[in-house]
Amino acid sequence: MLGLTNTSESAWLRVTVLLLISVLSISTRLFSVLRFESVIHEFDPWFNYRTTIELVENGYYNFVNWFDELSWYPLGRVVGGTVYPGIMVTAGLIHKALNGLNFPIHIREVCVFLAPLFSSFTAIAAYLLTSEMKNTSAGLLAAAFIGIAPGYISRSVAGSYDNEGIAIFLLVFTFYLWIKAVKLGSAFFGAMTAIFYFWMVSAWGGYVFITNLIPLHVFALILMGRYTPRLYVSYSTFYIIGTISSMLIPFVGFQPTRTSEHMAALGIFGLLQIVAFIEFIKSHLSANQFKLLFYGLISGFFLLGLGGLVALTVGGYIAPWTGRFYSLWDTGYAKIHIPIIASVSEHQPTPWTSFFFDLQLLMVLFPAGIYFLFQELRDEHVFVLLYAGTASYFAGVMVRLMLTLTPIVCVASAIAITTGLEAFLSNTETPAAVTDSAAAATPSEKKTKEGKAVKTSERKKKDVGGPVQGVWTWDAKLALVLPITFILIQFALHCSWVTSNAYSSPSIVLASRRPDGSQHIIDDFREAYYWLRQNTDEKAKIMSWWDYGYQITGMSNRTVLVDNNTWNNTHIATVGKAMSCSEDVSYDVMRKLDVDYVLVIFGGAIGYSGDDINKFLWMIRIGEGVYPKDISERNFFTPRGEYRVDDQATPTMKNSLMYKMSYYRFNELFGGGPAYDSVRQTQIPNKPIKLTTVDEVYTTENWIVRIYQVKKPDNIGRTLSAASTFGKKRRRRVRGKPRSAAKAGGRRRRDDD
Amino acid sequence: MAKTTSTTVPHSATSAAAQQAFLIKRLLTSYRANTPQKLKLIDAYLLFVMLTGIVQFVYVLLAGTFPYNSFLAGFGASVGSFVLAANLRMQVNPRNAEVMKMSPERAFADFAFASIVLFGFVVNFLG
Repeated sequence: MLGLTNTSESAWLRVTVLLLISVLSISTRLFSVLRFESVIHEFDPWFNYRTTIELVENGYYNFVNWFDELSWYPLGRVVGGTVYPGIMVTAGLIHKALNGLNFPIHIREVCVFLAPLFSSFTAIAAYLLTSEMKNTSAGLLAAAFIGIAPGYISRSVAGSYDNEGIAIFLLVFTFYLWIKAVKLGSAFFGAMTAIFYFWMVSAWGGYVFITNLIPLHVFALILMGRYTPRLYVSYSTFYIIGTISSMLIPFVGFQPTRTSEHMAALGIFGLLQIVAFIEFIKSHLSANQFKLLFYGLISGFFLLGLGGLVALTVGGYIAPWTGRFYSLWDTGYAKIHIPIIASVSEHQPTPWTSFFFDLQLLMVLFPAGIYFLFQELRDEHVFVLLYAGTASYFAGVMVRLMLTLTPIVCVASAIAITTGLEAFLSNTETPAAVTDSAAAATPSEKKTKEGKAVKTSERKKKDVGGPVQGVWTWDAKLALVLPITFILIQFALHCSWVTSNAYSSPSIVLASRRPDGSQHIIDDFREAYYWLRQNTDEKAKIMSWWDYGYQITGMSNRTVLVDNNTWNNTHIATVGKAMSCSEDVSYDVMRKLDVDYVLVIFGGAIGYSGDDINKFLWMIRIGEGVYPKDISERNFFTPRGEYRVDDQATPTMKNSLMYKMSYYRFNELFGGGPAYDSVRQTQIPNKPIKLTTVDEVYTTENWIVRIYQVKKPDNIGRTLSAASTFGKKRRRRVRGKPRSAAKAGGRRRRDDD
Repeated sequence: MAKTTSTTVPHSATSAAAQQAFLIKRLLTSYRANTPQKLKLIDAYLLFVMLTGIVQFVYVLLAGTFPYNSFLAGFGASVGSFVLAANLRMQVNPRNAEVMKMSPERAFADFAFASIVLFGFVVNFLG
């Protein structure tokens, strides 16, 4: 068409389709911004956002040397040395560039829209990677897949300003450069791989995946007898530059020389030197002269290296696997030894439904793609196979690692579809099939991209001439192409449905529907955080469970004791102890930690299930791990082993600070009648709860966030519980009446005194 | 091994040490005869870089690793230079011509680029 040559036409088509995919992958991530507002979601992104503001306002050097006094209250946090600065620096640079070009844009907008922007880059990177594996048609299809696959969208919607947003782009692009380096044996691409690896290391802890996968690839190639000088050039350039550069990130430090996670890369580097040297010697001796020496040397050196590694690990020079990585191998490890890792919901094993929910069609095509790759098995295909195998395993162990599986699933599925289509679309003129599939694909916006990808693959294949055979008649082709087109359209619909319904809700505002279908926004979190920001002293210390640490410092700008960076387990356990012990014990803890306010999340009034009573068991477990004398998980269960909050709850449960703070005055909501907890689906005992060591100072509209102020010690040195019962006993005795004001709740009564 | 070499050295075939010595001698002659001048130059450089690495490593064994980043930077620079020069040697080696498909000029440009990147990081890491 348009009188262009075939090559330029296909080039233009590719550019157009890639542009459309980029636009699509950005726009499909904007649901949450369009529906709610342009805010940062979730928990971790709030910390990233706060540090980015620090970077933008105070410059890079202050950011690197920043000591954060608002978190981990008595201890503080050295942010520069405990953070992956990649995402902040990336956002800061984009902000600076835009402002330099006179587009004055607030840093929040840059942070909100960073992940969608990088997801379009990811699509392009996937295109490049798949083009190396097969051809550009498969590349376009892979780009389209990864642009809309919910498994990736879940961590990269607008507002999700998290490390994964840019890390997946870096992962895919690093792998693309690596493949390019292996194919060409070029030191340039090896160095580029290392540079992007450096960026990846600065952005995400998942860089360990790269440092282990690339050596695994090299090792597999050596074992398959596919060693070439190209392999040496690409890997050793990558390794040496990548390792030195990764040690520049303060959080990584000397780990590449001292921890087990990085030893595979070092070992393969050593092995490759030996192999190369042996090849060099071999080139000067005749083959049969050398054979014995070759195998003797290589296995000897290899065993020596392995033995040295084991000896160093046992001797303590090399740190063993950290708990987070070790729990990937021994899946029961975290639950027993490190409850704080097991307590995070995204560290659970993946149910099979979520594979289909996140990847739908791709999950089915994935094995087919792997099969086709096995058939051809070039050097780069070995890489995809290893990536697919390891990522599948890790995604099965941990929900969160679904994210690293998604790119390879997209690549393999694209290869499967392209291979399937090109068998049926090549060799003959198939006008019917082409027009039909294209026409079927055009109606809606989202479908055009797939249609185009299909079209290009058809167009490219059409040029190859050949004889017509029985099965390859046009109706047989139609019978294959139409269903493929149909399932692709179906996939696109599924993706936008999942994105719209499951992954586009900012967790800081809760959306619900009124009976008439209109939206009702529950904005209790920001209400409470803003109250803290406006109505408390600047130096006030807030105690809450660690989940809310980042949000409190981010939105309230107040000091917290623990936050989502769970680097100090003992400190978290202390907070867990304060939450789960009786008031007298907790009061001592809170006084020692200089706590001014305690914040609890309570969803019983509105049915918000992620509240602190549901997380309470983890607080108890984490607390018990450090203070086994003070806390016993057993005491929170009824004799029948049930975790209850109603009138059968154990005395320990009822006396715990968390229980008291959550259900304080709760029955007032029901006019003094039986209080009903809509999360636990139980009746809460009517007896009013008396708080002696804390005062309720704020409860949000829907009772989700409750803030209590810690009382000052008693003026004449009594314990606070004694002080609070002092007046009451006397009054009751004097009047000689049962309490009639029970309905008014504890607060009123104390005011009367 | 004994069987393969016995045709050429019948008398010393029983002695393993003599065999090794023979192999090495043969290796050296073959290297001298078959290696182009350019590659020999690179090899001299490789030898020098290797010596710098060994000296640093021995020093660390004697003196301890106190400024660990300085040691890693220096040693990494040695290993890196060695590896990059070895890359260049492989790429310009006429024996590898059909595997590498790369002109010597391109190989040298790659070498220069990778070296600049390497030393950029090394100098930053030196501390």
